[in-house]
Amino acid sequence: MLSYIMRRIGVSIVILFGSSFLVFNLAAYASDPLAELRLSTDDGARQQIIALTRDLNLDVPPPIRYFLWLKGVLGLFVGNLNLGMTREASSVQEELGYAIPVTLRLVLVATFTALILGMAFGIISALRQYSRFDYGMTFLAFLLYSLPIFWIAVLLKEFMAIQFNNFLANPDIPISWMVLASIFTGVFWGALFGGERKRFWSIFAGAFATNLLVLWAINLTDWYLNPGLGPILVGLLSGGLAIGVTSISTGVENKPARNAALSMAALAFLSYYPAQWVFNNFGSYLTIFLLIVLIVLTGIALSKIFSKIDRGPIARTAIITGILSGFLILTDRVMQSWAGYMATDAVNGRPVPTYGQRKDQLVTDDFWLNNLDIISHLVLPTLALILISLAGWIRFTRGSLLEVLNQDYIRTARAKGLNERTVVTRHAFRNMMLPLSSLFVGEVLGLISGAVITERVFGWQGMGTLGIKAINSYDLNLLMGVNLLLSILVVLGNLIADLLYSVLDPRIRLGK
Amino acid sequence: MKLFGRDKGSSGEILSGGESAIANKEVEGLSQGQIVRRRFFRHRGAVIALFVLTSLIVFVMSALDTKIGALRIPGWWKWTVEDIPELRYEDCPGGTTGCPTLSLNPSGAFGLGTHPFGQDDIGRDYFALVMNGARRSLMIMFVIGAVSGFIGVVVGSIAGFYGKRVDAVLMRLVDFIQTVPGIIIAAVIGKAAGRVGPLFLALFLGLLGWTGLARLVRAQFLSLREMEFVDAARVAGASNVRITFKHILPNAIGQIIVVITLIMAGAILTETALSYLGFGVVAPDVSLGLLISQYESAFTTRPFLFWWPGFFIISIALCVNFIGDGLRDAFDPRQKRRITKKDRLKAKVDIKAGR
Repeated sequence: MLSYIMRRIGVSIVILFGSSFLVFNLAAYASDPLAELRLSTDDGARQQIIALTRDLNLDVPPPIRYFLWLKGVLGLFVGNLNLGMTREASSVQEELGYAIPVTLRLVLVATFTALILGMAFGIISALRQYSRFDYGMTFLAFLLYSLPIFWIAVLLKEFMAIQFNNFLANPDIPISWMVLASIFTGVFWGALFGGERKRFWSIFAGAFATNLLVLWAINLTDWYLNPGLGPILVGLLSGGLAIGVTSISTGVENKPARNAALSMAALAFLSYYPAQWVFNNFGSYLTIFLLIVLIVLTGIALSKIFSKIDRGPIARTAIITGILSGFLILTDRVMQSWAGYMATDAVNGRPVPTYGQRKDQLVTDDFWLNNLDIISHLVLPTLALILISLAGWIRFTRGSLLEVLNQDYIRTARAKGLNERTVVTRHAFRNMMLPLSSLFVGEVLGLISGAVITERVFGWQGMGTLGIKAINSYDLNLLMGVNLLLSILVVLGNLIADLLYSVLDPRIRLGK
Repeated sequence: MKLFGRDKGSSGEILSGGESAIANKEVEGLSQGQIVRRRFFRHRGAVIALFVLTSLIVFVMSALDTKIGALRIPGWWKWTVEDIPELRYEDCPGGTTGCPTLSLNPSGAFGLGTHPFGQDDIGRDYFALVMNGARRSLMIMFVIGAVSGFIGVVVGSIAGFYGKRVDAVLMRLVDFIQTVPGIIIAAVIGKAAGRVGPLFLALFLGLLGWTGLARLVRAQFLSLREMEFVDAARVAGASNVRITFKHILPNAIGQIIVVITLIMAGAILTETALSYLGFGVVAPDVSLGLLISQYESAFTTRPFLFWWPGFFIISIALCVNFIGDGLRDAFDPRQKRRITKKDRLKAKVDIKAGR
């Protein structure tokens, strides 16, 4: 195994040299950084040409200049990385240092949301193969596949930001919209649960009524100007989550698990006010991390209280419930800052921005305001990325699960009398994940190129913007910096995908 | 097993004897091509998509003048991209200019009008611009599909057929090309190629897009060349070329076609994205992505400049994707037709009657 990894890394390094050499020369010969200056008749232009030629070694032919650049890169091993200078004489590493976290924030959030949503839709789609829900999802996936990301991004900007902000100035949902939205929700949930016609209509009616009621209440209380969940709603939702998580994780007939999850929900309800105090006085990422640790410990303790045997699944159920309920309380806290955020001068009543990754005018020490600012800037670009990568996950998950469900071991599992939940979550789900794990890396890399365009539409200062700037201004060192980072990601990603596969699937042994 | 008539009764089929009887009956006495065609035409979405795409291509291609050398085939649309008619001011909402005249209101001015999609800021007919852009995008899509498909199949077959050292070298080449970030290299080339023209850009994108297909073809060849029918052909004295073209490729063609459709659907999006960023097709050439990019800021006042090119991009990509899905189903030997209630009933009657 170790020799295999070493060999792969060796080959990767050779490939990296080759590809960077190719890109360097291609870019160097395809562009002339001095073209504009040469045309200029200004006296200063000559000086600039001389200065740039000296700083960027433009008098050295590209194939040889590549090795000068490489020398700086290899400086990494002696603790002296030097990716060269940009045209504006700033250091490439520094520029990358600012850009990487911005792009990562965008790509990571989008990836995980799309992964979870896409897998959920894909699984349900496969379990209800050839149902209306399945056909609907297939069509949706193909439609999303065919959408150019910049097109959807511009639409989001117009309707989710500009129009929504206009709406917030005088918030009132027309009754026709409420009914339409409720019909849509009803059809969605009805199709999701499937079953006989009678079942469909009863679920439809329930979802329709609930949705209408919620929208009506929201409209009446001007909830979007002063949103929040409050302890009662947090308690109710946590209870619902407890039942939901239990029925997927262990089945509601597992009494200890159900009790542990419900106790966790009750604890969440009880800790609502203490949590407010903690959040208000110690708002920081460390606090959130410590609270997660606390939830995990509580979950383990609950599993010890409620059962003497088979504690793993019980603890798991309780912990998942706890984290989701905790997330509700956290969301509630962020929502409480909304009114204050809206009132600041930087926002001025138009909270959904169309441009940039932060509001520079917003200067505050408040942890919650800062995070709300990050979130409100993150929403639209992330949504655009989610929409385009969702399609892939729906299709992959559906195909993979259908493939697994046709296997003999699934038939065996059913034949020995296991219930459908156990068959799907234990036997099918885990095997379905195998091919998905190798696709994951490729999808993330694809998302990065999608992020380039999203950054441009939403004016984020990330890797993509940097790359575009480098190409437009013929900035070779900057281009090579971005390129190097992306190539390393590809190489590492492929390696991780192969290793992951061999770890997850004992049938695959690498290097033999 | 006699009960089930023609069922060969392999162990896996026992449980679904009735169903496989239906499946077997369906393909009895048909050639591979006929089976595939039948299955394809049963996929409703794919058939609709095929019809829509064909009509769209005919519509787009015949709208404007086509020049082949000195030959000039006139199009049916009255304006061309070069014409600059007068900007329309009258009856446009909110003081905008060049609003679309297309009207679907049956009681009012139903019909196309002079400028159905409106006019751009200097008055050029937007319908002509969109048609020209769609034409360019379609051309780029097909060129990329052809170039990537050809290289992918050739490299993949050689690597898979010869294996060992040839395979290792070619697969490192694939790794190598995959490591070069496509969008960056395409942008660098595009920046230089903007002066050379869209055909050159398409060729270059095609040169970068074949790696996935090559891997797939290689994997198919690796497994197919171990098959008995290949041994049989070799024993019978068939040459390598004959084995490749007559025995292995026909078995892999289904997957190849499917991947090529995926490449094509991706290609039209890549082209529009690059043109949007300013690295693909550049003015005075027209492409759908470029049109969207040019009029992005005009969305609030003149949204039609934004909707129409997007509509054409989505229609083309959606159709190609659906056709690909239909082909995948059609070529998949494991794909059985959905067994409907009617089929079950018929099978039961057949079994009872001892047929």
